[in-house]
This record gives sequence, C-alpha cells and structure tokens, in this order.
Amino acid sequence: MADVFKVTTRMEGKYAILYTEGYINNLAGDKIVEEFNQLVAKDVKHYVLNLQKTQLVNSIGISILIEVIEKVQEIGGTLAFCHLTPIIAKTFKIMGLTQYSKVYDTEEDALKN
Amino acid sequence: MDSNEVFLQIPMLPNMELAATETAHRVAEFMQFDPDKIDEIKIAMIEGIINAFEHSQSKDKTVYIKFLMRGDELEVTIQDFGHGFDLDSAKKEPEQLRKRGHGLNLMEGLMDRVDIYATPNGTKVIMVKRRHSSDE
Ligand SMILES: Nc1ncnc2c1ncn2[C@@H]1O[C@H](COP(=O)(O)OP(=O)(O)O)[C@@H](O)[C@H]1O
Ligand SMILES: [Mg+2]
Repeated sequence: MADVFKVTTRMEGKYAILYTEGYINNLAGDKIVEEFNQLVAKDVKHYVLNLQKTQLVNSIGISILIEVIEKVQEIGGTLAFCHLTPIIAKTFKIMGLTQYSKVYDTEEDALKN
Repeated sequence: MDSNEVFLQIPMLPNMELAATETAHRVAEFMQFDPDKIDEIKIAMIEGIINAFEHSQSKDKTVYIKFLMRGDELEVTIQDFGHGFDLDSAKKEPEQLRKRGHGLNLMEGLMDRVDIYATPNGTKVIMVKRRHSSDE
C-alpha cells in the first residue's frame, strides 16, 4: 500500500478519469476535491473515479466524495466509480453512495454508460 | 493457558490507524481469514480508531487495541479513555444523503458482532469477526 495518497487524471473525450492510489482518508478526500475543482473550472462535467489502487477508505474520506457527488449534480454532470474492491463496494453501499452514483466493474463499462 | 492475545497501543497521530490495520492483517492471516474478511476487519477497525481520534478527547491521546484469537473468531477491542458518548442518540438512523455519521453503521455492517461500552471515562468497542460466517 502506498504511504502517500495520489490522484492523477486522464481525459478521454468528455470524461475525466481520476485514478486514486492509496488510503482515502480526509486528506486524500481533500486532494480529490482539489483535482476535481480544477477540472470543473475547465468545464469538465463527466467524471469516472477509478479506485483500482485503493485498498482502504474511511468514512471521513468518503464523506468528502459525497460532497463531490453533490457538486457534480449541481453542475448537471455525472460521476461513476469503477474498480472497487468488494469491501469498498460494500462500504459505499452501507454509506448510501450507490443510491446517487453508479458503480461499474471496469473503466470501459463506466465510459460506455 | 494458551497465549492468544496481541496488544497494541497507538498514539492519536495522522494515519496511525494503519499501524493497527497492518497488525490486524498479520493476525487475521495467521488465523487464515480470507482476504475480503481481512479487509472488512480493517475498515471496521479504522472506523473505531478514527472515532477515538476524532471524538474522544482523551488526555493520554492513546488508543488501546487488543486482538484476541479465539478459535474461529477474532475479537478486536478498541479502547480510549476519553469522555465517551450517548450511544442511543449517536445511533439514529441515517437519513439519505447524510455525509457524516456512518462509522458505527459501518462497523456493524462489516463485522459479525459489535458491542460498544461508552461511559464518561471512555469508550470500549468490542468487535468480533468469524472466519466462517453464514451471512454471506
Ligand atoms: N470513541 C468515541 N468517543 C467519543 N464519542 C464517540 C466515539 N465514537 C463515536 N462517538 C460519537 O458517536 C458519533 C457517531 O459516530 P460515527 O457513526 O462514527 O459518525 P461520525 O464519526 O461521522 O460522527 C460521533 O459523532 C461521536 O459523537
Ligand atoms: Mg466516525
């Protein structure tokens, strides 16, 4: 597991794909928001968060992702998640995230829908 | 008497909860838990520990953790000597779109049993995971 959380972005068409790496805690959540705000400033509306390289999350970090989801809704955009470990998927479900964002197995699926 | 306990004491410092999940990983692996169950234990523990970090206001700024390997079960105790809280009012059902207040639910959803003892002298969370649980 990476000690330092990282988030990188790749653009594909109208989509911004954000790749997280490492533990999503409050600081990681803030980094994701920072990245996201820069993309919103560039008028990007559609987002995919690929969590393939994230094994652990905490509820504070995820609460920040909920803020991101709300912001995306405000700008009339979309946000989907992909490559969640089974337990992160379960965590998202318990926290109610799956009610207002889509979860796909792969990046391909997320981009297709 | 068999020796079957692992003790850990962690300071309330950023990311120190991961020192505990690393230990949990080794202990659960030794007990031959499958990887998904190990992840469930880790995330539940993170929630218990960050609650102590965030809410307990304990003066010794320390979280005390005990792993008890009991046959097929791993029992994890997370204890702080902060001010405790009122469990009934903390446990209200989360309304939709609620950002915070999911930690206790997560622990209960990810473990087989969670008992919480909160008093003005601190909080003790005892959580149990079975190697073979029937609920999945
Ligand atoms: N170790 C603790 N010490 C003091 N209060 C706690 C502790 N654990 C939980 N609490 C209380 O229970 C509430 C609910 O906890 P939780 O479900 O994890 O939600 P959150 O941490 O997002 O508030 C906390 O807001 C806090 O008031
Ligand atoms: Mg909490």
